[in-house]
Amino acid sequence: MTNMKTKNAIVNTICHVGLTILAVIWLIPIAWLLMHSFREKPTGAFPSALIPETWTFDNYIKLFTDTQLFNYPRWFMNTLVVAIASCIVTTILVLLTAYAFSRLRFKARKPLMNVILILGMFPAFMSMVAIYHLLKAIGLSQSLFSLVLVYSGGAAMNYYIAKGFFDTIPRSIDEAAMLDGATKNQVFWKITLPMSKPIVIYTIMQAFISPWVDFIFVSVIMKDNYQKYTIALGLYQMITRENIQQYFTQFCAGAVIVAIPITILFIIMQKYYVSGITAGGAKG
Amino acid sequence: MKKKNLFQRISSSFSSFFRSIRNGFTGFVNRFVLGDIKTKLSYVIMGFGCLARKQIGRGLLFLGSEVIFILYMITNGVFYLSKLPTLGTTTQGEVWNPELQIYEITQGDNSMLLLLFGVATICIIIGFFVLYIWNTKMAYEMQLLEEKGKPLPTFKQDIKDLGNKNFHITVLSLPIVLTFAFTILPLIFMILMAFTNFDKNHQPPGNLFTWVGFRNFSEVLISNPMWQQTFIQLLIWTLVWAFFATFLNYVLGMILAIIINKKGVRFKKMWRTIFIITIAIPQFVSLMLMSKILADQGALNNLLVTLGWITDGERIKFLTDGNIAKIVVIVVNLWVGIPYTMLITSGILMNIPQDLYEASKLDGASPIQQFMHITLPYMLHVTTPYLITQFVGNINNFNVIYLLTGGDPKSLNLFQAGETDLLVTWLYKLTVNEQNYALASTIGIIIFVLLATISLLTYNKSNAVQEEDTFA
Repeated sequence: MTNMKTKNAIVNTICHVGLTILAVIWLIPIAWLLMHSFREKPTGAFPSALIPETWTFDNYIKLFTDTQLFNYPRWFMNTLVVAIASCIVTTILVLLTAYAFSRLRFKARKPLMNVILILGMFPAFMSMVAIYHLLKAIGLSQSLFSLVLVYSGGAAMNYYIAKGFFDTIPRSIDEAAMLDGATKNQVFWKITLPMSKPIVIYTIMQAFISPWVDFIFVSVIMKDNYQKYTIALGLYQMITRENIQQYFTQFCAGAVIVAIPITILFIIMQKYYVSGITAGGAKG
Repeated sequence: MKKKNLFQRISSSFSSFFRSIRNGFTGFVNRFVLGDIKTKLSYVIMGFGCLARKQIGRGLLFLGSEVIFILYMITNGVFYLSKLPTLGTTTQGEVWNPELQIYEITQGDNSMLLLLFGVATICIIIGFFVLYIWNTKMAYEMQLLEEKGKPLPTFKQDIKDLGNKNFHITVLSLPIVLTFAFTILPLIFMILMAFTNFDKNHQPPGNLFTWVGFRNFSEVLISNPMWQQTFIQLLIWTLVWAFFATFLNYVLGMILAIIINKKGVRFKKMWRTIFIITIAIPQFVSLMLMSKILADQGALNNLLVTLGWITDGERIKFLTDGNIAKIVVIVVNLWVGIPYTMLITSGILMNIPQDLYEASKLDGASPIQQFMHITLPYMLHVTTPYLITQFVGNINNFNVIYLLTGGDPKSLNLFQAGETDLLVTWLYKLTVNEQNYALASTIGIIIFVLLATISLLTYNKSNAVQEEDTFA
């Protein structure tokens, strides 16, 4: 019996040591980013030292004051506006579509779901060039509004997760309400939505975050219109070959500012995130 | 329900498609033959049946859409349709204007806009056709109701139905319209582009491009050695990458989750949060950072030189040597992906019945045997759809490759691509840098065929495809 115990203790110790090593590997790049956002401007982008020798707040201050070349505050506001707008539209579209496919029965239901499945297999930005010219033709290219349209236009196709969640709400509740004379419209707003708080939160957050992290679509839509860039594309400009020596530490600072709110949002929503994905996929 | 195999399913869906077309057509003719004069007139003047039966709201909507459609066709539609077969014939040119003493640019045809609006016109025609059929159906239904002496639904009733019986129309019309405008229409446009010669030498508005049939496909697959070589090499790498990126992440992430879940491991919540932080950080930040850390003059090499482990001359080419770069890309992707799998799987892992483990322990199974014979089969069974989506997602994984290596190192053997380029990043480079839209679209279609085949085959085999209604 004692043999067993010592063996267990050894295994547990190995596990803890292993986890600690892994945790360090996973955290080092992040710590490195954080530390170097406080580094005093060097000659050259990368010093050999792991920990900066002199610390300063300059990078953060410059980010908001020195807007000649890189207009960080402007990009931040652009992203915020786009994120809020596309978040509202996307959430409405996704929830409505998911509800229709989950709860309503109509002739075109299966065919529509199949079409969406097939459409999803084309590389997403294959259509970007066409969308760009379409927007240009109606005079909307290089505007923030067009960006909102692009982010939320195809949103309905990501209905799976919300549908998976709606599927788990017992239908008998709907039927009872309808016996009492509720219309389907009322059932959706007064019964299904209030019962689906996790998935609503998940959808909202997902929609809010995606404009912050996307940079392919912005780069195709905005081309070289610096003033209309969003954060991701802007930060990418800071570390091109010509700029990296000069701006690397500012890039770190800029990245930290974006990463903090998103990290917090994500940690809050992780519970919903997992339940959303497992509800959609794992009906084993 | 008996399970059909893939080919039976495809053939049955085809036959049901044709059956519904046939039924639709016979219905269309029958309704005309059996219809009274009001119904018959609806075949020419949309909404006439409704108007004549005092359903003013419906009637006006039908009539209005017909008027708008005809106006559109006269002003624009016919023009674009007529240009579609040629995609324009007059090239933009310069004409000497003797009065102003300058060359003036004459407007030529813009092939791209012609194609774009041509496709849009076809979509509008199809939409109108559906509306038209609906109109005839409605007229006939109303006639039947009238003959039976039943009251006809009023416009008010129609509106009410949109909140209840026809709620799906209310709910889905906005998503469908937007999906049409921002996904389907552009996609049709790009698919058609694969059959044109729209490349650097055929850029509108200066030049025209035109239809070339399947030439692009035959060049990529057979006749153009450079394109063919690039395609095959990138295809193999894409599949290798997707395989490792999916399954290594899956297995290792699961092992991490098992270790954290293990009895006796303390601070479970802390470990989980540490790893989750790395998912939470926007991918473009962590990947750009990684690419800078791993660069030849990057932080890691600098550190190794300072520590004296390597000399300045022997910096490790993490991202600039083709083979090393491929491995590094997969490893960095592990850094990105393992926590994600851990997050997804740890909940499911806890659902595995514990008595399975205890029974196997009594039989003397080692932890590795337990993993291979209990955990893995169970997880595979439950998470197959997740794995398929991950695999498909990795084939199209633009971010990791583009932000980490940008597809580099470049190779002279490849057409406009580097050694770590996936097919998607190649597609991106072809459109954005090279403006060879025709080739890019061809590649896009090939990727689609690849993905569709993979998902059809695997979905069909997996047990997880079930009747969804069992849940309701």
